Amino acid sequence: MPTIVTFAEVRDGKVRRASLEAVSEARRLAGPLGATVQSVLIGQGVAPLAAEVASYGADRVHVFDDAELGSYATESFARALAQVITQEKPSVVLVPYTAMGKDVAPRVAARVGAGLVSDVVKLEVKDGKLEARRPVYAGKALATVRWEGEPQMATLRPNVFALGTPEASRPFETVTGTADVSTRRARVQSVQAAGAGKVELTEAQIIVSGGRGLKGPENFHLVEELANALGAAVGASRAVVDAGWVDHQMQVGQTGKTVSPTLYVAAGISGAIQHLAGMSSSKVIVAINKDADAPIFKVADYGIVGDVFEVLPKLSAAAKDLRSRH
Amino acid sequence: MKTVVCIKQVPDTEARIRIAPDGKGIAEGDLNWIVSPYDEFAIEEALRIKEKKGGEVVLVALGPDRVQSALRSGLAMGADSALHLKDPLFESVDTLGTAWALAAAIRPLAADLVLTGQQGVGGDNSQIPGLLAEILDVPQVTMAVKVEIGEGKATVEREIEGAHEVWETSLPAVISAQKGLNEPRYASLKGIMAAKKKTIETKDAASLGLKPEDLAPKTRVVGLELPASRPGVKMIPGDADAQVKELLRLLHEEAKVL
Repeated sequence: MPTIVTFAEVRDGKVRRASLEAVSEARRLAGPLGATVQSVLIGQGVAPLAAEVASYGADRVHVFDDAELGSYATESFARALAQVITQEKPSVVLVPYTAMGKDVAPRVAARVGAGLVSDVVKLEVKDGKLEARRPVYAGKALATVRWEGEPQMATLRPNVFALGTPEASRPFETVTGTADVSTRRARVQSVQAAGAGKVELTEAQIIVSGGRGLKGPENFHLVEELANALGAAVGASRAVVDAGWVDHQMQVGQTGKTVSPTLYVAAGISGAIQHLAGMSSSKVIVAINKDADAPIFKVADYGIVGDVFEVLPKLSAAAKDLRSRH
Repeated sequence: MKTVVCIKQVPDTEARIRIAPDGKGIAEGDLNWIVSPYDEFAIEEALRIKEKKGGEVVLVALGPDRVQSALRSGLAMGADSALHLKDPLFESVDTLGTAWALAAAIRPLAADLVLTGQQGVGGDNSQIPGLLAEILDVPQVTMAVKVEIGEGKATVEREIEGAHEVWETSLPAVISAQKGLNEPRYASLKGIMAAKKKTIETKDAASLGLKPEDLAPKTRVVGLELPASRPGVKMIPGDADAQVKELLRLLHEEAKVL
C-alpha cells in the first residue's frame, strides 16, 4: 500500500495549523491514491501531540522526542525526516511551506534524492500520480508541475489547503524514532518573539496594507488602527518599506511576502505590478485610493475612491462597532 | 576568507509575464533581465565580509549566454572573479540538478562561506541553499538578516513567523540572504570599467564531472498559464460615510468575510 508522509511542525508546544492542513490534504489524497498517512513529529515533549495529528488523518505517527531536539537544528531534523522516508518509502511527502518547512525540506530532498516542488497551492491525483499547481513570479503566472519517480515531495503554502474535521476517536499507532543528533553544525541559540499579539502576514485571515497614499510614516497608525479593529495583520507596499516607514517584514509583493488572506484591504496603494503579484490570490480585495485609475482597482472586488485620511478612521470606527455586534 | 556567491538571473520584478507558445515557459522576447534581488544582498554581504576580513569573492551562475551580464554586474559591484556554468544539458535541469551543478563548481574552490539569495525571484522555489548545503555536506542558515563572521564560525540572525532567531554555525556553511540583510551598493563607474577587464570562466557539465543522469530532472513543469482574472470591481459611490457603511454591509452580507 502506498504511503504519504507529512512533517508535523511544532512551535511553542503546539502543532502548527499549517502542519494540520498538510495532514488534512494527505488524508484527502489518500483516497484516490489508496494510501495510508503517516506523520512525523520532531522536538522535545512532542509525544502527547501525536493524538491531535492523528485526529486529522494520520494512521501512524513517528515521534522523535528528545531533549536534544528542543531547539531547531536543520541537520538533525532533516536526518529524522529522511530516516522515516528511507524506511517507509513513501510515494508522497508533504511539508508545510513555513520558515521551518522551507528550511528543512530541501535538505531532506537532497538527502533522499527526491524531486521537490515548493509552495504548492493545489494537488491532484492523475493516473495514480500527483500533479501540483504553484504560483511562480510571485503569482504573475501559475505552473503545473509533475514528478519523475518517487517520492513526490512538496511544500504546501499555509492558509490554502482546507483543514479537515478532526476525529478524536480515529485509531492510530505511534512509532518511536531515535534521532541522530550528532551533527548539528548550525543551530538556534536563542529566539525572541517579535512583539506579542502581532498577527503573522502569511498566516493572517485579514490583512490591511498601507502605501504611499498615507504620505508619511507618521500617518501609518491609520492602517494599524483599522488592522486592530479587524483583528488583522498589517502589510505595506515596497515603496513605503524602501522609504523606511515600516519594517521590511511587512512588505507584501514580489520581493516581500506572498499572501492569500480571506480579506485584503489596500489603503493608499496604487498597485505596482510587483505588489499585485503578492496579493491578488486573496479571496476578497478592497481598495481605497484617491485615484480612480489606480491599477489596484483592476484586482479589487470592492473599490472606494476617496481620501484615506477620511475613510480609514471612519472605517476603523465602524468595523469596531460591527465586530462588537457579531 | 573566500566567499562564493551563487547568483541567478531573473526577469525584472516590474516585468509583465507572458507565456511562451509552448505553454510551458515564459516568453523571453523583450524581457529585461536582472540579478535576482535577494542575490544582490548576498553579493553585498560577501563584499562587506571581504572589506572587513580580506580574502576574495567568487560569483557562480548557471544559465545561457545572457547570464554573463548578471555576472558582469556582480563583478562591477566588486566581486573578484566569476564562473559561468553553461551546457545544453543545463537547459532542462530542475532545482536538484542545478544544485548538483553548483556544488560541483563550488567544491574545488574550498570556500569558507557560500552565500545565496533566499530565493530566486520568479521560480520562487527557495530550495538551492538547502540542497546545496546537503550536497556539499556543510551546515546552512537560511533567510539571514544579519551575519557576523567569527573564527571558523558565524552568528546569523534570521526571521521566522512572528519571531527572530539567533543561530550559530561552523564554517564553511551556506547562508541565504533575506531582505533586510543590507543595502546593496550601486556599481561605481570605476567598478564597471574594472569589471570589463575581469575574465568570466565558463564550465560545462563534462568539465564539472557531471553526467547526464546526474542532471536528469525529477520535477517537470508541464504547463504555465496566467492566473484567472478577478471577477471585476464593484465601485462604492457616495461620501465617505455612505461608502464605509456600504462597504461593511457588502463584506458582511455579500462576501461574508466579516
